[in-house]
Amino acid sequence: MGTPVTDREQRILGIIETARAKRARFKDPRITMAHGAGGRATQTMIEGLLVPAFASAAGAEMGDAGAVSVDAADLALTTDSFVVKPIRFPGGSIGELAVNGTVNDLAMSGARPVALTLSLILEEGLDSDDLRAEVEAIAATARAADVEVIAGDTKVVQRGHADQMYLCTTGLGRIDPRARLSPASLRPGDRILVSGAIGNHGMAIMLARGEFELESEIVSDTRSLWPAADALMQAAGPSLHTMRDATRGGVASVLNELARASGVAIVLREGDVPVDPAVAGAAEILGIDPMYVANEGKLVAFVAPDAAAEALAALRAVPGCERAAEIGEVKTDPPGMVLVNTAFGGRRVMDQLVGDPLPRIC
Amino acid sequence: MRFVDEYRDAALGQALAGEILATVDPGRHYKLMEVCGGHTHSIYKYGIDDLLPDNVELIHGPGCPVCVIPMGRVDDGIAIAHQPGVIFTCFGDMLRVPGSQGTLLEAKAAGADVRMVYSPLDALRIAKQNPEREVVFFAIGFETTAPSTALTLKRAKAEGVANFSCVCNHVTIVPPLRALLESPDLRLDGFIGPGHVCTVVGARPLQFIPADYQRPVVVSGFEPLDILQSIQMILRQLADGRCELENQYKRVVPHEGNLRALEVLAEVFELRPHFEWRGLGFISQSALRLSDAYVDLDAEVRFSTPGVRVADPKACQCGEVLKGVIKPWECKVFGTACTPEHAIGTCMVSPEGACAAYYNYGRFAREREVV
Repeated sequence: MGTPVTDREQRILGIIETARAKRARFKDPRITMAHGAGGRATQTMIEGLLVPAFASAAGAEMGDAGAVSVDAADLALTTDSFVVKPIRFPGGSIGELAVNGTVNDLAMSGARPVALTLSLILEEGLDSDDLRAEVEAIAATARAADVEVIAGDTKVVQRGHADQMYLCTTGLGRIDPRARLSPASLRPGDRILVSGAIGNHGMAIMLARGEFELESEIVSDTRSLWPAADALMQAAGPSLHTMRDATRGGVASVLNELARASGVAIVLREGDVPVDPAVAGAAEILGIDPMYVANEGKLVAFVAPDAAAEALAALRAVPGCERAAEIGEVKTDPPGMVLVNTAFGGRRVMDQLVGDPLPRIC
Repeated sequence: MRFVDEYRDAALGQALAGEILATVDPGRHYKLMEVCGGHTHSIYKYGIDDLLPDNVELIHGPGCPVCVIPMGRVDDGIAIAHQPGVIFTCFGDMLRVPGSQGTLLEAKAAGADVRMVYSPLDALRIAKQNPEREVVFFAIGFETTAPSTALTLKRAKAEGVANFSCVCNHVTIVPPLRALLESPDLRLDGFIGPGHVCTVVGARPLQFIPADYQRPVVVSGFEPLDILQSIQMILRQLADGRCELENQYKRVVPHEGNLRALEVLAEVFELRPHFEWRGLGFISQSALRLSDAYVDLDAEVRFSTPGVRVADPKACQCGEVLKGVIKPWECKVFGTACTPEHAIGTCMVSPEGACAAYYNYGRFAREREVV
């Protein structure tokens, strides 16, 4: 590593950089589960197929929600589908996710959620009590998030063509005048905040599936992030550069997306990232990095250095965000990469997820 | 976390890094091979490279069990997976390993019933739950995972589970190491020994490395302090002019190994006369197959497979990279024909392979200071 770079090596590094910088091309012959995992395959599908097809300014920014102005009203629109298995898990259920997930996509765009639509795709044979329980969960979660469900649709498909139920929600929000957010607005010096301990939702789901025969107290963190977004915008105003909820693919995937979108480097301090001991323990046993595990109620925020302390204090005052922490900083170089100063004192690259987070055999 | 955090203490790590710096001869370049993929993983995860002096280089060895599976074997697996009625089971990280016509993950998308399991016993359970289906377990791994496959096969035989069978790709660690060491252009100064394999086979089988090839070897644990300490032990040997087998991982690895596990292995498996390794070619007696007593459970006997050997592309120089003769970027196809998205050789297949690591992080590794 300490040897000088030769011309030939420089040339090869150049080839790699050129290949990396190229727009993603979607060439896979079939959809595999990796396309749904939130990592590189998902990104290739979105950037290589979807964005070019629906070219729009809002789509090109690839935020969680698209912005649209209607008669001088600044609105945000977003949609999300929910296919979680099992439909009920410690700490939540598919119905709660369907509301909070969409509410959070709006909140992360700086939009106060106003209304939702709900589509239900039901599998033939579904127990009506299960349906009733989820409808009640949706209603209760929507009330808690102060958002109305104003339209909906139902479809029933043959047994085996869906797994119990799939939900799809679309959310409309009003963009808050305090919001000055863009995924491309990260600046060197920005501080990175996370709203609490990470990895709980994904780990709760993995363990609830029962495949690992591990028992734990881990519960999903599903919750509305509007109160946290509200507090951050109030405390930091225009110094709040962007927010993301760290869902599929976890904090690592969000940071990679943003580093690329803004052309900056992100440097994390691993030891400062809050992780519950039970989540850390399960992740250790399974050989999975909590940074890649999904959350349903955690956001990552980028705040200019002068406002970072106030923003963190405001975040910690929000119920459910008591363990919010500053976990790193934005740097200039190497652009598009996420680096981690490990708790052990070394340094590594935290890359995009290549497929599903699979346990290693060795 | 108790019994974990103790091995990840940053202050102790810094102290060891200081000792290492004091041990190395600044005028000498050291190339040490970590044999096992698990070590490579830890080295990345904790950023251990970063704590080493510039003149200590770690070379990633042939011990990543998924990376060394040749394309022809993957093709055979996919062919079995596509047969009607088959449920094909394997470990998760096998799903992404490319054969000549794609991966098992793609076979699954194309309609094959491919399922990820965490243990071969899970595959046996699936077989018992689906008596009308043929359930095949695609076994991979070194001596570390072979005992669990062996126990599963023993149980399947004892319980008479007729619809269960196994494609055995288990490999052994000593022959590829010997093949590397036999190479006249070898440029390695010492070895970090594969701790997990040694929990089964013991430290003793690695004695040939210092005895026959005059290279120090230290059997190492997988926590960051384990690895740093092992590196320090190797460098100390080199500084003292010693060349020995040492065991840093004594808390787990007995010198003679796990005798009960070895007994089960001997009963269920026998050595193949030869086996192909991606990047290394054919190596004699380097892999296991089911013994005659278990032939009924051998999927290679039960199913017909193409069994075609798919040659590594001629331009691929994984062997030289593994031996430390060339650096990844010196390979003829590196970064052009061979990339992480379209890997040709073993070193590019796994994200932890030497070439994939260089492809992804090489530029960064060059720049020690982040602006």
